[in-house]
Amino acid sequence: MAVTVSIPTILRTHTGGEKSVSAAGSTLAEVIDNLDANHGGIKGRLVKDGTLHRFVNIYVNDEDVRFAGGLEAKVADGDNVTILPAVAGGAR
Amino acid sequence: MLTIRRDLVDAMVAHARRDHPDEACGVIAGPDGSDRPERFIPMLNAARSPTFYEFDSADLLRLYREMDANDEVPVVIYHSHTATEAYPSRTDAKIAQEPYAHYVLISTRDPQEHEFRSFRIVDGVITEEPVEVVESYRFAHTGPDDVPEQ
Repeated sequence: MAVTVSIPTILRTHTGGEKSVSAAGSTLAEVIDNLDANHGGIKGRLVKDGTLHRFVNIYVNDEDVRFAGGLEAKVADGDNVTILPAVAGGAR
Repeated sequence: MLTIRRDLVDAMVAHARRDHPDEACGVIAGPDGSDRPERFIPMLNAARSPTFYEFDSADLLRLYREMDANDEVPVVIYHSHTATEAYPSRTDAKIAQEPYAHYVLISTRDPQEHEFRSFRIVDGVITEEPVEVVESYRFAHTGPDDVPEQ
């Protein structure tokens, strides 16, 4: 099960500057483990205490995985996984 | 240093005034590698809050796909503070994840005079930078010479 993963600027230090890499897995959790095996340290930037980091958005194709099972979201061969840092903040 | 056209500054300030007392937010995209803000993209604050802003997740995906397709990057990421100074809060610094963006803060706490400041935020470290407002980029030294300027 090969998927294409888009890597945001801030995480490209883990992928040798590559904007897009391939990874394998049938759930998002498996894809992230596989990514981490090839691009050490990336998992720690995405997952914290077993759940997705609050300010990192991950999409399978067009769907935000928060609405599709989070780390258990299903991933199929040929899917596109996009990682985007949240743009957020504020005075409080 | 942020070099930016006056009409773009005016557009950000107008957006901040319009959404006051909620925080306003958005991006100015520019050609990858140019460091030149060109395309003004006001975003909805999904939090609709006077103390927090967040791009809606579907809007965020659409924005980045569009910028990717145009070979653009977010040169400026702006938001307003509506009751405090135009300086990144601890929350701003903690969440900021675009190390090459100019983080612009606009304060609308004073109804007449706005504050407008720009910062780099890298690994949570805030560095203020000077802002040069220009009428056009034609004579400002931004970007490579082989890319047409507007």
